[in-house]
Parts: sequence; structure tokens; C-alpha cells
Amino acid sequence: MVNRVVTGAHYGLRDWLVQRVTAAVMAVYVLSLAGWLLVQPQLDYDAWTGLFASNIMRSFTMLFLLSLFYHAWIGVRDIVMDYVHPAGLRLLAHVLVILALVMYVIWAVQILWGL
Amino acid sequence: MKLRIYRYNPDTDAAPYMQDYELEFAAHDAMLLDALMLLRQQDDSIGFRKSCREGVCGSDAMNINGRNGLACITPLSSLKQPIELRPLPGLPVIRDLIVDMTQFFKQYHSIKPYLVNNDPPPETERLQSPAERSELDGLYECILCGCCSTSCPSFWWNPDKFVGPAGLLQAYRFIADTRDQATSERLDNLEDPYRLFRCHTIMNCVDVCPKELNPTEAIGKIKDMMVKRVV
Repeated sequence: MVNRVVTGAHYGLRDWLVQRVTAAVMAVYVLSLAGWLLVQPQLDYDAWTGLFASNIMRSFTMLFLLSLFYHAWIGVRDIVMDYVHPAGLRLLAHVLVILALVMYVIWAVQILWGL
Repeated sequence: MKLRIYRYNPDTDAAPYMQDYELEFAAHDAMLLDALMLLRQQDDSIGFRKSCREGVCGSDAMNINGRNGLACITPLSSLKQPIELRPLPGLPVIRDLIVDMTQFFKQYHSIKPYLVNNDPPPETERLQSPAERSELDGLYECILCGCCSTSCPSFWWNPDKFVGPAGLLQAYRFIADTRDQATSERLDNLEDPYRLFRCHTIMNCVDVCPKELNPTEAIGKIKDMMVKRVV
């Protein structure tokens, strides 16, 4: 392979758009949760487990976490692209980040649904 | 008047250094370039570019007190002393305040900065309505001085892959032109994680542009057109 600068991967728009949408989802979730915490007369174990007993809250939290993981993937990938120059090493870093994030998804499902 | 100027001659100097100058210059309405021209009579070894001396050619872009600008349209009265002059950041220095703009122009050429229209040339001009023509306002005025791209950290980091604000403003100038027929190819050319999406909207380009143009807005419009194309 010749050592030449190559660009033109023909992707980027979707990630840019996803980064914005996931940011909005995270903002709504964080504000809703903060609002809920503020209106609790007393915050104890029962209130907290009560909140996460409903499937709606579990799903909303899962949506938040999926947004966080996808958002994190784009951000971390951009950092790796800037700082890891050998292409092989960069691919390895990308694969490791993706695998870690997929593991987090599985872990999040286990926590939220008490599996 | 006190000036501190970045000096570097690769043939004789081991490393760049800052040189202090004192200048007798009382004109209250003069520009920085006037002072530099006078200073060159004192020390003719100072290297800088200039041509039109009125903000049209874009030759005398430099880093003035930490901020990129054109020496010829920067009033001396607006500058704190000592006036610290450095070459544009991020580009290789040829000598003193003169930088090698090759990489900058390579990116500019990569966006095909010319009208692409495969129709047979008409007898007269390719006409536009006044409204269509006005879409080019704020885009065609760019003089390619390089102030914006060399104030952009994304361009400093990836000058060989990121087009940079100047190139992207010009890319949009041709996308916005109703006489151009290559809109889709132009968008394809920029749909890339490096070429366009290294812009993280920090707006240094808008802050320094001596012609008061807005590359960030142009970049946003390119992204809007890409979104419009896929939804």
C-alpha cells in the first residue's frame, strides 16, 4: 500500500445528526429525572425502586443509555481519529470501543430488568 | 511605538526568536502595514508579504497580538503595545512573517472552486435573477487570505484532511450558485468524517475574518442541504 493521505469515506452526516438527536434525548431524560428528584418529599429506597418498577421508566432509561452510548461512540471515535495515527491501531481502538459499548448495553438491560 | 516581531530565517537561524523594535511614528490614522513599511527602512531583512495594501489581495495576513488579521486594514490605534506580530499559525514558516500556503490552496482546489455547467455556453452571460444572485452575498467576497483556516484548531490538526473554513465557504459559494450543475457531486465530495465533519462549530473563523464573512454559517448550510438530501 502506498503511503498517501486518503479521504472520501462518504459517511459522516448520519453520525453528526445522531449526535444531535441523542443529545436532545439525554437532555430531556436528565431534566425529567432532576425534576422528579426535586419534587420528592422524601427520597428513600422505596421511592427509588418505585420509580424504576414501571416499564415506562425502564424503557425511558434504556433509551437514555442507548443515546449515551451512541453519542459516546461518535465522540470517542473522533478522538481516536485525531490521536491514533497508524490505521491498524486505529481500527483496533475502534473495535475495542464498540465491543465495550455493546457490553454496556447488555449490562444496562441486566440492571434495569433485574436479570 | 514598540513592536515585537517573530523572526526566523531557516538558512541562518537555529530556532525562531522574537525581536523588539522601536519606531518613531506619529500618524494617528495609520494602519499596521504603514508601520511595517516604515520599519523595513530601519531593518530591510524583515520578511512579510503585501500587495494591494487595502484589504483586497489578502497577502498580508498575519497574527497580530494573538489574533489573525490583515495588517493593511488594522488601525494602529486599535492595537495594544508592544504590537506582537507572528506568522499565521499552523502553516510552515518560509521566513519571518511569510508562511507556505500550499496546504491551504490544496484544500481550496479540492472543492473545485469553479462553475461546473455542461450546457453549451450561451451567446451572452448565464443569467441569474437578483434574488438568485443575492444568495452569493457573504460568500463571493472571500479573498483567501487564510486568516480563518489558520485560526481553526481542526485545520491545525488535520490540514491535509479537513478542508477548513475558507475552502468550505467557497464550497458553499458554488453549491449556492444556481448556474452550477454539480451540487450533488459537491455534497458527495464533502460527505466525509474528515473533510467536512471535523468542524465542531467553535467559530474562530467568524471571529477573525477581516471581511466579516461567516464560514460557520456556510458550513451549517452545507450540512442542512445534506440532511435535506437524505430525509
